[in-house]
Amino acid sequence: MSGHSIALTAHKDYRGSKIGIWLFLITEITLFGGMFLLYSIYRSEYAQDFHHAAAELNTLVGTINTLILLTSSLTMALSIAAVHHGNRKLSLWMLAITVLCGAGFMVNKYFEWGAKFHHGIYPGSEYLLAHPKGEVLFYGLYFVMTGIHGIHVLVGMVLLTVMFLKVMKQPNAKVSFVAGHGLGEIEGCRMAFVDAGGKVVWKGDEVDGSIERIDVKTKYWPVKKRFHVADFNQLENSGLYWHIVDIIWIFLFPLFYLIT
Amino acid sequence: MSDHAASASHGAAVRHGTVPNAADVDFYHFKGRWSGIFAWIFSTDHKRIGLMYLVLMLTFFTVGMTLGFVIRLELMAPGKTIMDAQTYNAVFTLHGVIMVFLFVVPGLSASLGNFLLPIMIGAKDVQFPRINLFSWWLFLTGGLMAVTALFTGGGPPDTGWTFYAPYSIRTGTNVTLAAAAVFVLGFSSILTGLNFLTTVHRMRAPGMSFFRLPLFVWALYSTAWLQVVATPVVGITLVLIMVERSFGIGVFDPVKGGDPILYQHLFWIYSHPAVYIMILPGLGAISDMLAVHARRTIFGYGFIAMSSVAIALFGSIVWAHHMFISGQSLVANFVFSLLTMIVAIPSAIKVFNWVATLYKGSIQLETPMLYTLAFIFLFMIGGFSGMMIGVLSVDVHVHDTYFIVAHFHYIIFGGLGFAFFGALHHWYPKMFGRMYHQVPSKIAWFLTFVGFNVLYMPMFIMGWEGMPRRYYDYLPEYQKWHVVSTIGSWIMISGILLMFWNLLRSLKTGKPCRELDPWGGGRTLEWTVPSPPPLENFDKIPTVTHGPYDPDVPEHK
Amino acid sequence: MSDHEHEEHAHEPAGYGIYFLTWFSLLVLTAITVTAAGMHFGSLSVVVALFIALVKASIVLWLFMHLKYEDTLFHRLVWIMILAMVIFIGMTFTDTLFR
Repeated sequence: MSGHSIALTAHKDYRGSKIGIWLFLITEITLFGGMFLLYSIYRSEYAQDFHHAAAELNTLVGTINTLILLTSSLTMALSIAAVHHGNRKLSLWMLAITVLCGAGFMVNKYFEWGAKFHHGIYPGSEYLLAHPKGEVLFYGLYFVMTGIHGIHVLVGMVLLTVMFLKVMKQPNAKVSFVAGHGLGEIEGCRMAFVDAGGKVVWKGDEVDGSIERIDVKTKYWPVKKRFHVADFNQLENSGLYWHIVDIIWIFLFPLFYLIT
Repeated sequence: MSDHAASASHGAAVRHGTVPNAADVDFYHFKGRWSGIFAWIFSTDHKRIGLMYLVLMLTFFTVGMTLGFVIRLELMAPGKTIMDAQTYNAVFTLHGVIMVFLFVVPGLSASLGNFLLPIMIGAKDVQFPRINLFSWWLFLTGGLMAVTALFTGGGPPDTGWTFYAPYSIRTGTNVTLAAAAVFVLGFSSILTGLNFLTTVHRMRAPGMSFFRLPLFVWALYSTAWLQVVATPVVGITLVLIMVERSFGIGVFDPVKGGDPILYQHLFWIYSHPAVYIMILPGLGAISDMLAVHARRTIFGYGFIAMSSVAIALFGSIVWAHHMFISGQSLVANFVFSLLTMIVAIPSAIKVFNWVATLYKGSIQLETPMLYTLAFIFLFMIGGFSGMMIGVLSVDVHVHDTYFIVAHFHYIIFGGLGFAFFGALHHWYPKMFGRMYHQVPSKIAWFLTFVGFNVLYMPMFIMGWEGMPRRYYDYLPEYQKWHVVSTIGSWIMISGILLMFWNLLRSLKTGKPCRELDPWGGGRTLEWTVPSPPPLENFDKIPTVTHGPYDPDVPEHK
Repeated sequence: MSDHEHEEHAHEPAGYGIYFLTWFSLLVLTAITVTAAGMHFGSLSVVVALFIALVKASIVLWLFMHLKYEDTLFHRLVWIMILAMVIFIGMTFTDTLFR
């Protein structure tokens, strides 16, 4: 059996896709990094103006949004853990809560921005331009940074909705052996599943030349004597994205709401 | 979609699951699900994607070259020659945008890198073949957006390729679309980098340790790091320009308290590393070509490999040397001027090792070797002039003059351009299974090389005498040099056209070349597979037992 | 790089409890930072706020994002991310601080 699972890991490289997603997270951080750079420099130049401008922002709303995002990070992590444990129902519930938290965050953001617009605070508004330059910059950065962060939350919600459908629809693992790829190597063998204790739980027919393709759908895929859940990989990578969006907010929150 | 779970994140093998005869025919003749043009534009085969990049990039290069030709014609005489000043501004902007973002930044890595990287490390494809295809589509989209920016909105952008604020947020021309185009192209570049990094980490053949990687792969790997880490910065900067133009948030607008110099910082935080994104794959390709055509093992493999990494690292901390006269602080001027000197060290290490490789080599003056030698010569002129303008006191004198224009054309065109053409000739038989005609290719090289120097050498002199760059008109005393330069452009362009014609014609009429290693000196894995390679490159993934340039291996003697 | 040696560690799935603990500590830190912001430390307040944000981000990275279970390659990726930010922001200050 071990020979077959090596063929499997060559086919589906979870570690590779995890490296890929982490590299993508680096690009997300340097993307926001450009804006954090602007923030930190304008902040050091116009400390007093930033101080005054931040007083206009509602700390309570900011704090609530922080709590919402932190909670969504929790449910995201729980959802992944649930798949690890093979509890699909819990995983789906947790995913749903995560998406709802995202929605709640966006609704809050909508009212917050709406209130600002109502007060005449929006980029290029006369009310704002009458204020010192540092305040104009503060709000310029506020709208751009929270706006782009909001777009990331929306993208995350879409992503997690897709994941919800995938987790709902699919067995946790699907592996295919196809003629020419992997199937030749196991010709003449019988396939069997062995549990962690070494007990055979399922046995198949002998693989001969007439078979062109074998699809295996299962909740778990055994690798190296341990249970390795095969299909949580995409969910886990989406989770990494969701957490990085949370991390960006962890920095945005004190920088915009807590410097009064 | 037979296998839903095998999304883009999974390796190549699942994707090509149903190809029992893949090893029997080359990848051109392999019959996939699609046919005709769809077999190309929907193909996730890294070789096809590489060739599609090549076609697009050479098309854009031809457009950019035509624009450059027109600029030289206009500058042949003072005053209006063939176009008015506004058109001239648009033409040099587009020349820059097209050449930088559509030719040299994707450059060798997206085209030949895509084709060769998996073969060189002994893999069947890149790690994320579908993302690779997606990145090509983004490249096409970005290219089309850049071209559309010419004809829509308030007319073609006239800011120069650097989009400096505050002019770029005020001008009525179509900067927004052009900036959006660059954003999309940047995304494409990031995805290519991400793909290559993961591929190098995950898909090396058994035994192919990092220090057995060919030098071209080392260069692509270092480049990919820059693409991933630095490109998002220019992405967000251009988004800010777009937002600034649409909503007036004020971050780069001095009227509202913004600081345009910060725009320059953000722009160059990417765009200086971008210079190394452009040149590094060229340096890598040169190393491999040199080893083959000098029939010798490379001298100082470890140093060349590590100098690529060092260039990527040091190249990221010198960006403000583009801004010595922008009004930034003297401290920054001092620090960045000092750091700039450091980048010269790894570049020089490469040149020394190349020269040492040539020593006692059995040098074959095949066309790729001619380009390689020309590269070393031109790259050194570009590098030395770069050292000069990295020195604060000199830069203050020659900043924004033709000296700078000459310098970066020597580096980017003399460097990457010649490496690109050389690599094209070097791997042509591998890619197409035919050899090009030798005599025209050497004449083309001669014309390009001579024309290049006639074109750009006078710019050093003009710049030193004070001719500013991007000017539409000039004082009569510069005319003699401008005329020489324009004549040089004719020589060079005739050489390039001859080269293109020869390479295109050879696709049909070139001598079939089915040997594994037509040069007889290839040591890297791509010379162990058929020309052109089969769909999955290798019948059986090879096991690597020694480095590509190890001198003690019997078959290397 | 050691990525070939560590093929696919299938670590034992972590229990749910650790995530609740993580979440709880994040909430506590949020409470601290909001309270601290009201206490007017002067110029120190931004340092305090950023320090707490860093701690929170590290907790998310380490536990929610499973860095705890990953090997050195992923740790290096995060360090590269941090290094890039420090270089970009830090070196720009050589200009603006001394202008």
